[in-house]
Amino acid sequence: MIFHATLSYRQLRYLWISLALVACAAAVFVTQSGGTIARGDTWQGYTLGTIAALLMIWLALLGIRKRKYASPLGSVQGWTSAHIYLGLAVVAIATLHCAGRFHDNIHTYAYVLMCAVVLTGIVGIVCYLSIPGLLMDNRGTRSRADLFAELFELDKQARNLSHDCDAEIAAVVQSSIERTVVGGGVWAQLMGLDRSFFEDPDRKSARRSTGLRRNVNQDAVLAYVSSRLPGAYRQSEAAALQQLVVTLSRRQSVLRRVRRDVQLQGWLKIWLYAHIPLTVAALGTLFVHILTTFLDG
Amino acid sequence: MTRADVKYRMAVIGAGPAGLSAGARAAELDRAAGRVAPSHIVLESFELCAKTIQRYQKGKLVMAEPGFLDLRSDLRFSAGSREEILGNWTDDCGRLGVNLSLGATVVGVSGQQGDFTLKLAKGAEVHAETIVLAIGVEGNPRKVGAPGDNLPRVQYQLDDPKEFKGELVVVVGAGDAAIENALALTEQNKVVIVNRGKEFSRAKQANLTAVLAALAEPRRRLSCFYETRVKEIAPREPGGLSVTLETPTGPQVIECDRVVARLGADPPRRFVESLGIRFPTERADAVPQLSKRYESNVSGIYVVGSLAGYPLIKQAMNQGYDVAEYLCGNHEVKPVDQQLVEWQFGGIPFFADADAALERFKNKVPMFRGMNPLAFRELVIESTISVAYREGQEFEEEARKQAALQETQVREGRQPRATRIILEGSVIYEPGDYGTSFFTIVQGTVVLENPHNPALSTELAAGEFFGETSLLSGRPRLERAIAGPACVLVETPRRIMIKLMSSNEEVRLGIDLVFVIRELQRHFAPSAPLRMLRDIAARIEVRRYKAGETVFVQGDTGDSLYVVRSGGLTLFRTDGATEIAIAQVPAGELLGELALMGDPLRRETARVSLASELIELKRAQFLDLMKLPGAPVAELQRSAAARAAANARVQVQPGAPAMMAFLMAQGLGEATDVLVINESTCIGCDNCEKACAETHGGITRLNRKKGGSFANVHVPIACRHCDQPHCMKDCPPNAIRRSPTGEVYINESCIGCGNCQTNCPYDVIRMVHDAPRKPGLLSWLLFGAGPGPGEPTDHDLGTARGTPQQEKKRAVKCDACISVANGPACVKACPTGAARRIGPSDYVNLIQERRT
Repeated sequence: MIFHATLSYRQLRYLWISLALVACAAAVFVTQSGGTIARGDTWQGYTLGTIAALLMIWLALLGIRKRKYASPLGSVQGWTSAHIYLGLAVVAIATLHCAGRFHDNIHTYAYVLMCAVVLTGIVGIVCYLSIPGLLMDNRGTRSRADLFAELFELDKQARNLSHDCDAEIAAVVQSSIERTVVGGGVWAQLMGLDRSFFEDPDRKSARRSTGLRRNVNQDAVLAYVSSRLPGAYRQSEAAALQQLVVTLSRRQSVLRRVRRDVQLQGWLKIWLYAHIPLTVAALGTLFVHILTTFLDG
Repeated sequence: MTRADVKYRMAVIGAGPAGLSAGARAAELDRAAGRVAPSHIVLESFELCAKTIQRYQKGKLVMAEPGFLDLRSDLRFSAGSREEILGNWTDDCGRLGVNLSLGATVVGVSGQQGDFTLKLAKGAEVHAETIVLAIGVEGNPRKVGAPGDNLPRVQYQLDDPKEFKGELVVVVGAGDAAIENALALTEQNKVVIVNRGKEFSRAKQANLTAVLAALAEPRRRLSCFYETRVKEIAPREPGGLSVTLETPTGPQVIECDRVVARLGADPPRRFVESLGIRFPTERADAVPQLSKRYESNVSGIYVVGSLAGYPLIKQAMNQGYDVAEYLCGNHEVKPVDQQLVEWQFGGIPFFADADAALERFKNKVPMFRGMNPLAFRELVIESTISVAYREGQEFEEEARKQAALQETQVREGRQPRATRIILEGSVIYEPGDYGTSFFTIVQGTVVLENPHNPALSTELAAGEFFGETSLLSGRPRLERAIAGPACVLVETPRRIMIKLMSSNEEVRLGIDLVFVIRELQRHFAPSAPLRMLRDIAARIEVRRYKAGETVFVQGDTGDSLYVVRSGGLTLFRTDGATEIAIAQVPAGELLGELALMGDPLRRETARVSLASELIELKRAQFLDLMKLPGAPVAELQRSAAARAAANARVQVQPGAPAMMAFLMAQGLGEATDVLVINESTCIGCDNCEKACAETHGGITRLNRKKGGSFANVHVPIACRHCDQPHCMKDCPPNAIRRSPTGEVYINESCIGCGNCQTNCPYDVIRMVHDAPRKPGLLSWLLFGAGPGPGEPTDHDLGTARGTPQQEKKRAVKCDACISVANGPACVKACPTGAARRIGPSDYVNLIQERRT
């Protein structure tokens, strides 16, 4: 094997460690006197709480390890594998620590925040497992820079071809290229929204109109150009229009791939924007939770 | 000043570092002797001194390598910018009164020692007793060859294309330099290219694409005349030129502002040979045979500098000084490196003085005996001398003495140089070590031990050599070398041996023969003594192939097998109409052996993927070998069968041949350690690049986004650590090294010349300035001091202030984290395990794991 998956790192080493840890925690939990309701302030509760707290701090240290590039402590892949399984285990251990009792107080907030961190982490795992393959399928063997280079080349070709047609077509193609939008805000990127337009001369002549027409997925401009085909009266014009339609279709396909690439890359990163701030918040409330526990006695 | 009525003692041709230094020494000696009329003259064909350095880009830092050598010249020279160095030389030449004649091209020499006549292009003559040839190897730029090609606005180099704006420039030539100049000039000018051919056939692919794209672009003000010559150039008022072209459709006149002609250079060899100086071989890199005093085979003509095989500025200046000193009467002058030789030999038991030791070494080794003294001296200076002592007081004492010497040298700011003291019985190298140096035994014995069967070891005696397999093939060492009693060894780096072999046919043939003998022994006769193999080896031919050539074709009847001595081949099978790549045969392996063992038909087409050398073994020779005692017939048959089965497996696996072809196209055929990325798990976090930068002074040595992809496998732009690294080929300070564990790296002596960058076919070497230091992790994390770990710096973004051009640029490339404890950093930093470093033995697995 050349490549090893992170989840099955070293024959699932960290899955087994996490399961063992949870099993130990469960064993500690059940030693609490059978009849009484378990609480966080028995010695078992303190033990479980300490383990969970230490685990949370260790989980957050991945951010440091990742940046300690010359660190002699294992590989980042190993750390990530452990981070995933121990991150899931911490939910079980914290739940045992609080014995499933929740109130409207700082202690529960700490628990909820921790669960939110883990949930965003699960989203991250799903993204990391599924998106690279989708990106590859979408881009083929080309990089994003290659796609853009191809797009610019097609822009140029489309412009040159449009000059062989009439002025109106040239203006339409020019405006459709200028008003092609890739990316945009966070939402537009994640949803793959297309806010492209082109200037439709038929609309422009109408009063008080900018002549702008939505051009989602370049369908409208393609329809416009191809609609001129039946009316072409010169052989050369028809040939140029045909060629232009082919080029614009090719451009459409490249744009679709670029937009899909932007969208997938967005999903690959967006979860971290929740995971990291939530981690900081969870660690903060954890600290307050511990402090209040001891202050309240 | 050239005067025909004066006979100079010394006429120097060429005003580069060597020529100027010779002139400066002669001028200084004239002054000391109180002579008013100069006894020397320095003739330079160009309008400026030091043409090669003049051609460097503005502000380029010129290095003063090799560091171990002292400068001996009346001209100042130390590492500094191009302008500083040229300025110093101009000042010094003026101050010393060097008799310099610029624009004086020597076209012919007649006469003999004591009475030479040098004919100049302009018709004048110069008379001299001796001639010092210091013309370098660059040659003079070719002229347009039409009337008016010497006019002021006709130029043969272009320093700064931004200097000109709004002009109409005619660029003559269709090579890379012409295309690059033309494209750079179109930014601000209108450019017309005059191309003698029908197309740009001499250009690199990238330049060809760029120039064709620019010509097709209507807005780029660039046009080209094909199959056109310049007929005449005439001045035009005000200050322009009028160029008459001979186009296929008739003459045409272009009124332009400037002509830039880039027509290449005439290599100086023809001129040198016209003086009667002989080169030992036809090879392009051969250097003339010279005496200890740099005198050529023509008495009275001396050769110094890069033409004599010394490409570094300091070496050239020292030689210029020495030769002038000698010609002006000081016959006792010792080279400046005399002290170095003394240090090197100091630990040898019979050491008396350096010259005697050199003489003795030379006579002890048959291969060295025919060498000229100058080449031998260089070989020794670049080599390490090792002496083996028996364990005990003498060893301790000598080792201490040499260590103390090195300490003193380091304290004085020198590079340490001393005899290496080793123990008898110690290992010189182990099997699997990557070393390309070459060992010669001057005294005592060395045992080469077969790692698989110590009983088959060979003992080598004084005068013999070893290590040639790795030298010639680039493969790791195959055997264990053990120092015998009282042995004295010369360990010579690959670069020097290669230079020697290209200038000395006898040495090359000697090393070749031993190489063939040892290859035969390894593959076919492990227990036969070397002497028995000598006869067979002498009858065997070594064939050389260029990349792309075919060795044999599928369906041929085969009558020979091949041992791949260097390079590599790809095997193809034709399946129906398509030809598919099924295997790679690297250096050290057998090729086509099945033809002599059962199946006479070639089942594959063998095509050379890298320039290769193959040892061809005919059936009769093979049978002779198989008759020797202990021939491994069963072993050979087993491995041939296994290879045939493996080839068939690849052939039938859908997509596998295409992937194999992709890997070969990416240069993995010559790779030993290469970074591959699994795109089906890569999340594009660039942690690999960041880790590389953070562990290598802030500069990454890999580019993840670039490079080729096939199925899910991406081969980023990063060093392949080739079998025979292209980058090592012409590194003037020998800064590119290979560690015993195989990593190819660049050490601090890099002078930033960029040769390695040009030579690397995989674009993995970059020329960079040092990156600024970053704040620590904690100050970034807690106090927001930036840029943080993995974040780009101003330097990366190109927004750094200051003038980076004036700093030293140096070459950087992946060193496979040779200096990083937990390396390789790129692999260790990958959170998803997508980045892996692999070697040739992993390719089959990689192909099997691919995602289609």
